[in-house]
Amino acid sequence: MGVEDFANWLRDSARVLHENAGYLTELDSAIGDADHGSNMDRGFAAIVAVLDETSFSAVDELLKKAGMTLVSKVGGASGPLYGTFFLRFGTALAGAEITPASIGEALKAGVGGILARGKAELGDKTMYDAWAPALEAYDAAVAGGSDLAGALAAAAEAAAKGRDATTPLVARKGRASYLGERSVGHQDPGATSTTLLLESAARTLA
Amino acid sequence: MKKLINDPADVVSEALLGMEAAHPDRLRVDHQNRIVYRKEAPRAGKVGLISGGGSGHEPMHGGFVGLGMLDAACAGEVFTSPVPDQMMAATKAVDAGAGVLHIVKNYTGDVMNFEMAAELAAADAGTEVLSVVTNDDVAVQDSLYTAGRRGVGVTVLLEKIVGAAAEEGRPLQEVADLARRVNDNGRSMGMALTSCTVPAAGKPTFELAENEMEVGIGIHGEPGRQRLPLASAKEVAAMLVDPVLGDLPYSKGDSVIAFVNGMGGTPLIELYLMYNEVHQLLDRAGITVARSLVGNYITSLEMAGCSVTLLKVDDELIRLWDAPVNTPGLRWGA
Repeated sequence: MGVEDFANWLRDSARVLHENAGYLTELDSAIGDADHGSNMDRGFAAIVAVLDETSFSAVDELLKKAGMTLVSKVGGASGPLYGTFFLRFGTALAGAEITPASIGEALKAGVGGILARGKAELGDKTMYDAWAPALEAYDAAVAGGSDLAGALAAAAEAAAKGRDATTPLVARKGRASYLGERSVGHQDPGATSTTLLLESAARTLA
Repeated sequence: MKKLINDPADVVSEALLGMEAAHPDRLRVDHQNRIVYRKEAPRAGKVGLISGGGSGHEPMHGGFVGLGMLDAACAGEVFTSPVPDQMMAATKAVDAGAGVLHIVKNYTGDVMNFEMAAELAAADAGTEVLSVVTNDDVAVQDSLYTAGRRGVGVTVLLEKIVGAAAEEGRPLQEVADLARRVNDNGRSMGMALTSCTVPAAGKPTFELAENEMEVGIGIHGEPGRQRLPLASAKEVAAMLVDPVLGDLPYSKGDSVIAFVNGMGGTPLIELYLMYNEVHQLLDRAGITVARSLVGNYITSLEMAGCSVTLLKVDDELIRLWDAPVNTPGLRWGA
């Protein structure tokens, strides 16, 4: 498990986000401002361009660069949120041995960054509604003796459930919050992209 | 999608090329960073004023760069906030030692990106940065536990008034306090007759039937608080003015700047017709219109519709409103 694996994760995420750009924008059109798909696609395409140009010797360097790229290229709310996630995720892995436990700690640090920036709480109908159950499922799997593949699969599955559970919620953060009750019945685009990233991690980081 | 564009991906950069070509006397553009600068910025001793946001709201913000308004405006993708790198570059470029004020509309993305930029600029160059966040949209009611109210029409009035104060050489803290005072005394409400099409999305953000309208919209083509049957201008004016009046609240005897803003796709003839309705409602409420502004100033691409902004003013605010301004989007006295 090293630089190449994490690079594969980012490349696979870029592919999946590109394929789903229209879908994410459609979700965002219903309750936001119709740019989530194109923003994520642009940001991860920029990460792939960096991966093509630069060789990284350490996992944390790679992930921090990915975070800075998202902060610099995406804008909107998803740029600082996902950018901060990768910055903190990478920082937490600096000098650490890559194990299911250290990745779990790094995921927590990354999501902590999302919370610090976005100030969301569970049930606000945001990406945190996918991240929170994913972290919980990941930890439970590791505690139960699961390997990285198993833990990431559990996290992705929990994220998908969290994503689906955003549909009946009233949005309290982000642009969807302006709709109030009218945001009910729509799946959150941020929770959807988070699930795509975790599903990609489960495929590539095992 | 039917738009006067070349490639949807190039809309923002090509529009910036056009702005620079059209206004070389007043503006210069950093195309790499997508920043519109006042030609003579930075000006020694003057607080630098920066705003920015997603594109698609023209003339805001790039069209408000120039004498008596902004020193720089950062352009994001259509409806997407700019990134911290842009704001940092602009902050450093307009800082003439007197500090920089960031004027930020209250949208999650804008606030986060400007926050990151202010932290980075302070750490990097030691530039003193203060921020003011506009949040004048009364359509968002339950704002306590949410992202809060949107920054809309008052942003235009604020950039003009605060721009005049900065032009007078007032210090940063005073300029920031004035900005907050303007925001605190302004309220807005908007409505849409049509949706709009984000170039990269290629189709309208929402569908609206011939006999429907959206009330309580923002400026990003997002649906509003309510979908209602289409009504007359008189009825629509009341739907916009009443919640605004009740919110501050504005009371009998107050003086205001009354701002009827077009969302981009509504002709001036309809905006003046709406202004007439708004003016009559204010008359009836005993509110004096000290100054008015009618036109497309903070838009949502080609959306049809309008917003009403009222700003309660005193003599000082009126004097600053009347001060010379020379920008592509707003010009008088200079």
